[in-house]
Amino acid sequence: MSGGPGFDYLQDLGGRAIPRERHGSRTPGWDEPADLAKDPAAVPDPALLDVAPALRKEIEQAMARYPDPHSAALPALKAAQRHHGWCSPRAIREAACVMRVTPGYLTAVATFYDMFELEPAGEHNVYVCTNISCSLRGADSLYEEIEAAVGGERDINVRHFECLGACDIAPMVSIDNVYYGPLGRGDAERLVADLRAGREPLAELRLALRKTAASELPANEEK
Amino acid sequence: MVEPILLRDIDEPGLTDIKVYEKRGGYRSLRKALAMAPEAVLAELEDSGLRGRGGAGFPAGRKASFLPRANIDKYLVCNADESEPGTFKDRELMQKCPHMLIEGIAIAARAGGINSAFIYIRGEYEEQAWILDAAIAQAYAHGYIGERIMGSDMSLSLVLHRGAGAYICGEETGLLDSLEGKRGNPRLKPPFPAIEGLYGGPTLINNVETLMTMPHIIKIGGKRYAKIGVSGSSGTKVVSVSGHVQRPGNYEIELGIPSREIIYDLAGGPPRGRKVKLWFPGGSSSPVLTAEDLDIPYDFDSLAKAGTMLGSGAIIVVDDSTPVLDVALKTARFYAHESCGKCTPCREGTRWTVKMLERIETGEATPMDLDIMASVQENIIGNCLCVLGDAMAMPIRSMIAKFRDELEAHIERAQLAGAGT
Repeated sequence: MSGGPGFDYLQDLGGRAIPRERHGSRTPGWDEPADLAKDPAAVPDPALLDVAPALRKEIEQAMARYPDPHSAALPALKAAQRHHGWCSPRAIREAACVMRVTPGYLTAVATFYDMFELEPAGEHNVYVCTNISCSLRGADSLYEEIEAAVGGERDINVRHFECLGACDIAPMVSIDNVYYGPLGRGDAERLVADLRAGREPLAELRLALRKTAASELPANEEK
Repeated sequence: MVEPILLRDIDEPGLTDIKVYEKRGGYRSLRKALAMAPEAVLAELEDSGLRGRGGAGFPAGRKASFLPRANIDKYLVCNADESEPGTFKDRELMQKCPHMLIEGIAIAARAGGINSAFIYIRGEYEEQAWILDAAIAQAYAHGYIGERIMGSDMSLSLVLHRGAGAYICGEETGLLDSLEGKRGNPRLKPPFPAIEGLYGGPTLINNVETLMTMPHIIKIGGKRYAKIGVSGSSGTKVVSVSGHVQRPGNYEIELGIPSREIIYDLAGGPPRGRKVKLWFPGGSSSPVLTAEDLDIPYDFDSLAKAGTMLGSGAIIVVDDSTPVLDVALKTARFYAHESCGKCTPCREGTRWTVKMLERIETGEATPMDLDIMASVQENIIGNCLCVLGDAMAMPIRSMIAKFRDELEAHIERAQLAGAGT
């Protein structure tokens, strides 16, 4: 049986080809019949799998922070995702190798959480909150405007997202995990143009620049 | 209106820095708590009548008192996985005043005899995580956490743990599983976390705002704090107001003031020419109220008496421009997406509800479907390990009950439109 580290990944992400195993699937071993007599996928052998030293170090540091090193599953997956661009089978195998758990264990964890990309993802993540408070203020059409402005470009990954906890600036977006809002007319196009130009998108709408709502009450209504 | 407690200094420039926080009186309550016996700190918290600010409203002092007093490995987990739709108070508090949270954590740890603490912050709050990380490093460097805090016999480690996007991890046992590096599936209770929680040890779990209130309680004393607010709901509360209001945002109120004052006087009410149609008083999990309920005092017991709940203190206002069906669909789709899938009534019930609402939208439903949908909600409530399913069922049930006419009219209209094509 072929297996282990010998699999080819198409390294050419410039063409945005989906990295695949040699047999055509993104999942190693999907076309092999289950052998019930065989042990489950084992912890990857560090001698057979190259893990970038920086990634290994980051995961090991995370493991050292907790009484039980398994707690580092989320930080480890996050580091592997950052390193590989997405939670590819290879990324998961590398994290599993450092954590000394099976890839299956980490795959189960990764598929549970929304922030892990289980398919190749673009360079920029744009999360558009389309939950109640934002949708009451136009988030659904904002999402469509952003999607249209992106025009299918794969470098910008636009996603519907559940409540991001920023209903005070609705409708809002989280761009690479930084919050911006409220977005108005024309902001969708500006956002995409800024990202393409390599500028901070919608810089003046950044949440961190805002004061509390209470501080901006009209004076006569202040206690 | 009383002086704000949590938002008093919130816009002070540089408050995220420990020097500025100290200058504004920061960490003095921790010093005071360290001079007190743990039992005395706990007694102050119990006297304060402080109820949990995360959603359940359980008395915080009593929760801490459930921890065994023995000198064993105990844990404190700060629940900063703020994901309840409409809620954004913890985000602003952590972003602007991180040291108050650290001080509160140290005080709660003192009360519970705990020396290992974690903050579980939702993964989407990246900027807040950076700020907290820097603040924790400063607090270690100044000796407010770490070994033998300020020369006392108490030591405390504090680790910031980032989630990765899952509403269910705000449920306390789902949070514990997630923190242990697993999928965030809720656990069967009992045993409650106070007996068997993180890594099998007794664990105290508190919301950000609850912990941030503790320094003030130690400062003025539990009995004095209990005088703020109304009986059964002491203190102030940061309320997140959003949706169809003119000034959405966080406002700190004394519990027990009329809800109208929050929605109209503070948040500015709905846009000119619009009326309040319905509002969620405590996040999208709370049964909805209507314009007739605006004079209900905003506190735990009054809202419970009105058949709803204060929850996380997130008011979502919907005006008369929005069909109730849209609100119901958004609500149901959210819970269907976030159900962890462990319990059948929740996993299937949330999806069924979404499908039935979609049938109403497309005109395939009949009025009888409303009854079936209501019965689906009844079969979810109370039948799961956690309350995620209930959190959808309760508001949906209330929308069917209060807006049945509108939903029936919608069914009829959609059917006619369908027949016409």
